Amino acid sequence: MTAETDAESLVGSPAPPHPLREFWFYFSQNAGAVAGLVIISVIILLALFADQVTAQSPIEIHTDQFLRPPFWEDGGSLTFPLGTDPIGRDMFSRLVHGTRYSLLIGSMVVSISLAAGIWLGLIAGFARGVIEIMIMRLMDIMLTMPSLLLAIVIVAILGPGLTNAMLAVSVVALPQYVRITRAAVLTELAKEYVIASKTNGASVLRQMFLTVLPNCLAPLIVQATLGFSVGIIDAAALGFLGLGAQPPTPEWGTMLADSREFLQRAWWVVTFPGLAILITVMAFNLMGDGLRDALDPKLKR
Amino acid sequence: MKSKLLAATAALALAVAGGHVASAKTLVYCSEGSPENFYPAINTTGTSFDASSRPIYSRLVEFERGSTKIEPGLATSWDATEDGLSYTFHLRKGVKWQTTKNFKPSRDFNADDVIFSFARQSDKNNPWFKVTSDNHSYYNDMDMPALVKSIDKIDDYTVKFTLTAPEAPFIANMAMDFASIISKEYADQLMKAGTPEKFDQEPVGTGPFELEAYQKDAVIRFKAFAEGWRGKPAIDTLVYAITPDASVRFAKLKANECQIMPYPNPADLPAMKADPNIKVLDQPGLNVGYLAFNTTKKPFDDKRVRQAINYAIDKKAILEAVYPGVGVAAKNPIPPSMWSYNDDVKDYPFDPAKAKELLKEAGLPNGFETDLWWMPVQRPYNPNAKRIAELMQADLEKVGIKAKLVSYEWGEYRKRAQQGEHQMAELGWTGDNGDPDNFMYVLLGCAAAKPGGSNIAKWCYKPFDDLLVAAKRTPDVAKRTELYKQAQVIFKEEAPWFTIAHAVQNAPVRKEVVGYKLSPFGQHEFFGVDLQ
Amino acid sequence: MLRFFFTRLALVIPTFIGITLLAFLLIHAVPGDPIETLAGERGIPAERHAELLHEYGFDRPLYVQYVAYIEHVLRGDLGRSLITHERVIAEFTQLFPATIELSLSAMLFAVLLGLPAGILAAAKRNSVLDHGVMAISVTGYSMPIFWWGLLAILLFSNTWHLTPVSGRIDAAYFPDPVTGFLLIDSLLSDQEGAFRSAVSHLILPTIVLGTIPLAVIARMTRSSMLEVLGEDYIRTARAKGLAPSLVVGVHALRNALIPVITVIGLFVGSLFAGAILTETIFSWPGVGKWLVEAINRRDYPVLQGGVLLLGCSVMAVNVLVDVLYGFINPRIRHTQ
Repeated sequence: MTAETDAESLVGSPAPPHPLREFWFYFSQNAGAVAGLVIISVIILLALFADQVTAQSPIEIHTDQFLRPPFWEDGGSLTFPLGTDPIGRDMFSRLVHGTRYSLLIGSMVVSISLAAGIWLGLIAGFARGVIEIMIMRLMDIMLTMPSLLLAIVIVAILGPGLTNAMLAVSVVALPQYVRITRAAVLTELAKEYVIASKTNGASVLRQMFLTVLPNCLAPLIVQATLGFSVGIIDAAALGFLGLGAQPPTPEWGTMLADSREFLQRAWWVVTFPGLAILITVMAFNLMGDGLRDALDPKLKR
Repeated sequence: MKSKLLAATAALALAVAGGHVASAKTLVYCSEGSPENFYPAINTTGTSFDASSRPIYSRLVEFERGSTKIEPGLATSWDATEDGLSYTFHLRKGVKWQTTKNFKPSRDFNADDVIFSFARQSDKNNPWFKVTSDNHSYYNDMDMPALVKSIDKIDDYTVKFTLTAPEAPFIANMAMDFASIISKEYADQLMKAGTPEKFDQEPVGTGPFELEAYQKDAVIRFKAFAEGWRGKPAIDTLVYAITPDASVRFAKLKANECQIMPYPNPADLPAMKADPNIKVLDQPGLNVGYLAFNTTKKPFDDKRVRQAINYAIDKKAILEAVYPGVGVAAKNPIPPSMWSYNDDVKDYPFDPAKAKELLKEAGLPNGFETDLWWMPVQRPYNPNAKRIAELMQADLEKVGIKAKLVSYEWGEYRKRAQQGEHQMAELGWTGDNGDPDNFMYVLLGCAAAKPGGSNIAKWCYKPFDDLLVAAKRTPDVAKRTELYKQAQVIFKEEAPWFTIAHAVQNAPVRKEVVGYKLSPFGQHEFFGVDLQ
Repeated sequence: MLRFFFTRLALVIPTFIGITLLAFLLIHAVPGDPIETLAGERGIPAERHAELLHEYGFDRPLYVQYVAYIEHVLRGDLGRSLITHERVIAEFTQLFPATIELSLSAMLFAVLLGLPAGILAAAKRNSVLDHGVMAISVTGYSMPIFWWGLLAILLFSNTWHLTPVSGRIDAAYFPDPVTGFLLIDSLLSDQEGAFRSAVSHLILPTIVLGTIPLAVIARMTRSSMLEVLGEDYIRTARAKGLAPSLVVGVHALRNALIPVITVIGLFVGSLFAGAILTETIFSWPGVGKWLVEAINRRDYPVLQGGVLLLGCSVMAVNVLVDVLYGFINPRIRHTQ
């Protein structure tokens, strides 16, 4: 590449931009995507420096401070800037520490379903025949079941808890990755260079990873980013139903479950965790959209 | 909204009653759940009883509205023999059965119905034993199969129960929901037609309201039974709007979409009390919430450790956080509204220093590790076991006791606790028949301390148990009171429990509602209620 | 066309078996003894427990239970609820219309608002309207339904008193359950104001449940329209001098709608999932709420039956959508 580009630049035509540069150029045109990226960076920073940013512990109970309102209301104070929850824990601290759990949940869910999904998709695409049919049928059945119901049943089997909730959500998210990978595999397999490398004697595994996989990377990345937000919402839904993270874990969905009965009396206990979920999920969705637009060659006109 | 409601009801009444009733009164009750079915003997939840035994059926004796005192029901009087082994009930004459779309009674209530009502639950060979379900929980739990030797019809209006042993609380059992009287004639009719399952879906009783329709999980409609033996209720149409969420019930009450609601959120109480259209009735319930120590496991076999924990936990904080306005601190195993409650007993004050001292005396100066079980469901005596466990955990930490929070699915939880798998476990009890025996013997007696029994402290203390057994033997209330008072003193000293609270039940009602009385049993009855 | 239809139908069978297997196996792996759940604070003595275990058939080997289960399912017998002792199929048929009514009206809401929004946004690309629609759309599908529902109740019912709080209809009305769909039944009944009451109770749950589909449909329609509008044949039509609205309306719309219809079909499953949360929050007496309660109470037969029936319903809708899609887009029929 170097020799050619040098030759070209000597001649006078513009050098093609570095792929990352090109990507950033398209990505940054999307204001929403950039906003999403910024918010996510803030969330990551909050998660890393949660203890430094907050004064109170997220799990310490202050028995004389039940349901204090946020500092701008009567009865609130800056010691508990966003108020306290029904058993006297600091809301601000719980919300900030909750970023850790949300990021953890998102990463775990995406990693598991991505890894498992890619494997299954590759196997289905390369193996064909009965194996492929069985895998795809299973995926179809999983897609037929309402995802939340499936997740609830899985958690009911494994028992409530954060790990089990993450597992359940990962399983439910699986079919998408399998489909994408398999579709990409089928498309790629029909292409000439793959057939060529096959005739060259390349092993199946080598083909899988070196030739096919890089080409389905783009849709997978986009799905993964969106999967992050789906993972967070589904885990929060499980937490809301009491099947996810258990107290005193400051996970946002679990916080919502506990505060339902205070809807009218203490609005801050209900509003803030929900807002946190909304903002985080929105950020990931915006970024995912930006990624899709930037990576999708068809729209690069 | 109210005028729309009245107008709609008026229109409805006109359509239904052919226009001769000026304005029919409809009372809407926002209930907290769906009934299992309409046969009380196979149900165990208050929700089901509220929808079946309370409006539709009557019993031989009844609890006076709003109290645990017994009054005549379908029996006008009863006599017991000297030895307490046989009870004869004289039945009320002229009691009419309800007429529904399936059934038109040809006779009044009589002894045949009484015999049938109990035979259905006790006699495995009775064709009705298995209908809908053969699990007659309360009949079995109150030990009736072992207790009742025979039930005999003396004549059309006299029935005699012969017991195997004197059991003073027996009369109170007859007022319980499982003892509701069902119609033999209706049963025979359905059995002949080959449709016995209709009996419990389309019930017929002698109570003040008859079932008109049930829209599953949504609405139950009753209409007043004017020929009932108590007379016509003031309400013409009774509607249960099934609303599982307490905040939503409150919102409906505010909008006058319903006039009475049960189980409010404690957090909403101040707003309810401040609302001029709502009045909040309250009454201490017949219940107790407690933390039991498994006295068969170390170190809880040492009285000092149990007392130390009693000193270490801040009961007031728990009441404020979890029972704000809905609980009173518990010091005895029976609630204050029950007869023989010993108010002279002194509770353990909150004193972490004393707790540490006792632990040191018991040879545990650095504390110890234990588990703390909490229930995953809301119970009448415990609105939030999770929260209580967290607060206790924090308190115990301060005296060096590290508690790990454990929970299981409700059925699992109860089973394991009864097996004695825990070290410390939260649980509670709601009284069935208003008798102290129903609390103390069932929860703290030696007979219940074996694995699988309801005495989850697995505590068997002879001096205590002897008092309870003696109190069972005699029907003399004064003597029994004395015995139970002594028992409570021993209980406090030995401290097999940390008694948490008695839940006060609150019933927010619209100001237009008159005559509504709270039942100590947490049940909801609407005979005698009127709307202004 | 017919061959396509039957091929599609044939795919149903393995899916159906898969659903039954899934329902059966998953639920039998659940810990917690259902017999124990039925007692409150009391217990069940061991002999009674064994009796009940045998009666319900829980003591037989798994494969025997599965075969018996399939037999019963094909006869329409899905067992009886452990709690109410009523037949599961009867309970489901009583409750399903409520869920259908809610899901249908949510879908209608989403389509009626989403399609025009998407079309307009595409037609006026990069305008304020476009950005507005996109912003609302992103917010919409990032929204956690359970929180949105609570907020909606707080705002619309409690604070502004615009909508009633819960349930399907005011307790004063009791239309005869002819179809199970309250909107129809209330019209059929002669009770004044019943229809209005039913509609007003339907509004808020519809909006909440329909928010996510609305957002997605708006987006999909917009991007689909944009793609189509950029196509060569559209430019040709424009060049030919056809009026812009005609161009957009006739040519673009029809082609843009195809992926949207697929999305609508795919949404049935997620609508039922969303219904679980929405029904819980609004006390809407449908199958979602029924299932959640069944899980908490370890009501095995209801869980099995509900999962099976819901799965089959979604499957049926998918088949319908595929067939419709094949009808509209002939190319698909022949590549299958």
